Amino acid sequence: MLRIEGITQIFGGLRALENVSVTVRQGLITGVIGPNGAGKTTLFNIITGLYTQTSGKVFLDGTDISGFPPERLATLGLVRTFQNIEMFSRMTVLENVLVGLHTRSRSGILACALKLPWHLAEERRMREDAFRRLEFCGITDLAHIVAGALPFGKCRLVEIARAMAVNPRLLLMDEPAAGLNSRETAELEELLRKIQEAGATVVLVEHDMELVMNICDAIVVLNLGKKLAHGTPRQIQENPEVIKAYLGEG
Amino acid sequence: MKRDYLLFLLFILVVLAAPLAFRGYLLNVLIFMGINTMLAVALNLLLGFAGQISLGHAAFFGLGAYLSGILTATYGCNPWLALAVAAVAVGLLAFGLGFPILKLQGHYLAMATLGFGIIVNIVFNETVAYTGGPSGLSGIPNLRLGRTRFDGDLKNYYLIWTFTLATMLLGINLAHSRIGRALRAIHDSEVAARVMGVNARILKVQVFTLSAIISAVAGSLYAHTMMFIAPASFGFTFSVELVTMVIIGGLGNIFGSFLGAALLTILPELLRVVRDYDIVVYGLLLIVMTMYMPGGLAGGVAALARWIRTTRNRSVDHAQD
Amino acid sequence: MNLLQQLTQYLFSGLATGAIYALIGLGFAIIYNAAGIINFAQGEFVMLGGMLTHFFLMVKFPGSVAMAAAVVVATALGAAFERLTIRPLRQPTPLSLVIITIGGSILIRGVAMLVWGKDTHVLPPFSGNEPITIAGAVIMPQHLWICCVTLLVIAANKFFFYHTVSGKAMRACSFNRTAAGLVGIDVRKMVLLSFAISSAMGAMAGIIIAPLTMTSYDVGVMLGLKGFCAAIIGGMSSGFATVLGGLLLGLLESFGAGLISSGYKDAIAFIILLLILFIRPQGLFSKAQTERV
Repeated sequence: MLRIEGITQIFGGLRALENVSVTVRQGLITGVIGPNGAGKTTLFNIITGLYTQTSGKVFLDGTDISGFPPERLATLGLVRTFQNIEMFSRMTVLENVLVGLHTRSRSGILACALKLPWHLAEERRMREDAFRRLEFCGITDLAHIVAGALPFGKCRLVEIARAMAVNPRLLLMDEPAAGLNSRETAELEELLRKIQEAGATVVLVEHDMELVMNICDAIVVLNLGKKLAHGTPRQIQENPEVIKAYLGEG
Repeated sequence: MKRDYLLFLLFILVVLAAPLAFRGYLLNVLIFMGINTMLAVALNLLLGFAGQISLGHAAFFGLGAYLSGILTATYGCNPWLALAVAAVAVGLLAFGLGFPILKLQGHYLAMATLGFGIIVNIVFNETVAYTGGPSGLSGIPNLRLGRTRFDGDLKNYYLIWTFTLATMLLGINLAHSRIGRALRAIHDSEVAARVMGVNARILKVQVFTLSAIISAVAGSLYAHTMMFIAPASFGFTFSVELVTMVIIGGLGNIFGSFLGAALLTILPELLRVVRDYDIVVYGLLLIVMTMYMPGGLAGGVAALARWIRTTRNRSVDHAQD
Repeated sequence: MNLLQQLTQYLFSGLATGAIYALIGLGFAIIYNAAGIINFAQGEFVMLGGMLTHFFLMVKFPGSVAMAAAVVVATALGAAFERLTIRPLRQPTPLSLVIITIGGSILIRGVAMLVWGKDTHVLPPFSGNEPITIAGAVIMPQHLWICCVTLLVIAANKFFFYHTVSGKAMRACSFNRTAAGLVGIDVRKMVLLSFAISSAMGAMAGIIIAPLTMTSYDVGVMLGLKGFCAAIIGGMSSGFATVLGGLLLGLLESFGAGLISSGYKDAIAFIILLLILFIRPQGLFSKAQTERV
């Protein structure tokens, strides 16, 4: 579903990524792991349109999406979450999720300003849809709380609900377990399975090995900007190159 | 949300009834308050909702005033037509300008809008053949509707405030809508907004254009009400005043824009005795408000309302002991 | 005056005003590099330089003491401004910083107007009023003073930033504030210092230009904006690029006003500002870099 071909990214003197090619299969949860500085977030930023790669291409279901800006990718069903949770902190949880529905609604600036009737109908539909997303993530009780006031773990859930509102075909998550305690991580694992059941393909960058091994159907390992391995969790665990990369020689 | 509309209904009643209490010179002040509120709301859409700084909004106000003024005074155009032409022309200018200028962020955007405002003001001063230069343009006719000429304070009051109330309604509608949320999302985290599919670039330009058009209409109304305009009213100082109104009122709050506009319209009148203190007061207000009351007056009112509610709840609890 | 003489005249006056813009622009750049803030009030310190000198002369201070006192007072005010308004800011968003510095500039201007009134004042030039003729162009001795003082200030600047510990610390802050803090640099003190230096430089600029252009409570606005323009042309560099930016701006203004129209003189600076911001916001003299998110 997602094919990355020969991505190289050079920042000044630093080769952050070197000729990385990966194919992600539809419907699977794929993990991207690697020591710090391996280039995982850089790869994400390239796929999601925030960086422009020095060379190489990215294909989504056969369409070349290299260089597409994030807003266009959202209309194609490609969404990401952020490691530091880019929350709309001065808006309520419900409003955050409603923004997620932006691509699935159409009222323009004049329709909204003049409160045209079909805009009102759309608003109602959007609210219902948003509540369903909140239910999916189990946070309906937080709907009218201002996002900035929430603890980190809850913010993570809001961000996921918001991303799901886009109805993504492909959901990229940058360290979703970062900052979560073990209970919250277990709940995240549940939620990820639900997301997979709902039909989305998930790619996640993660450091939490237990989560990765539990939930991922496939794992890609990056090290120093190069792809080291791509296989099932068992294959990765037994791969000597991977072990060397993480634990060093000897 | 319903609360905002109820408040607005109440506000309409107050506006309709105000001339009963205020006559003569005070009514004149209220007319200015209407113009300033219109401008403040327009700027608030850009500054408060989308978080884009503009230090040159007086330019759109002035362009509306001069285009309307010149078309009617010099070329005998119908005032309503002139108003429409001014609105469209300024809209096109803002649309074209918006694309390059809104690529800038923060300080650079502030400076660019400032530069734009000053260039426009210099043009007003220098194109003497059309604008009359620094001494201004006079002989601008009043607006007419059927057999009524808007030539007196009372008629002008209702004329201006009709447009002002319409502008406020537009703002309130926008605030609680998909676009309003998208704008606020851009303000809070442009990256995340874009990832959610919000086309930040185009939306910023759209709101910039809408804001400019409203300001131009306000300018046109101002010209036909005053019948005389001069470049000095449309310079950097006034742009800063507008920003002050929006900040003091509370970013993103439509009623706040009215409060800010009201305060800054009344202030020069109050300070007329101690005339030259107004700049000092503006400066202090800006600094103090930004440091200690980021929610502005509207935020303060909301906080006060909350405090009253909790105190009342507490005393009810005590009474029940 | 024939054309060549006229052009030479424009050249010299352009370089002189350009030098002033350079000094003011450096003030902007220094604060921006150390603190990430554009100090809209920078122009007011230029105004204070001239007005304070005039004030001290009125109370019978001798010439050079008056100037020194003006610089000292302006520097103190700049530091106070940072301490009282910038540092305690709870939410330093770009918007609030812009608003606060604008508020500060309005406040300073307003107080100056209350204290000293709206009159323009003339400061006596440093070494008399006898015009000097060079290549058919007439320049005042003050023009030479401007060039000398500017060169001295730039040299002192260079020395400070490259050969003193504090200066290098400030440069470290501009590259990476967090890292600078981690190696023990007191970032807040650096910010304060940057305001102090910029105010001093602004005041000096105001003092050396005042004998030529007169001074009053509202000269700060335009000078500040044009100084900012110089800094933008130079890509906010604390060094040579901003100086070049200032000189370039001064020359374009001078030739533009002389050859095209003097009414639009002020517009020239702002048109240039917009063009640079639209087309090459990193300044004319730096290498283009790829956009980093």
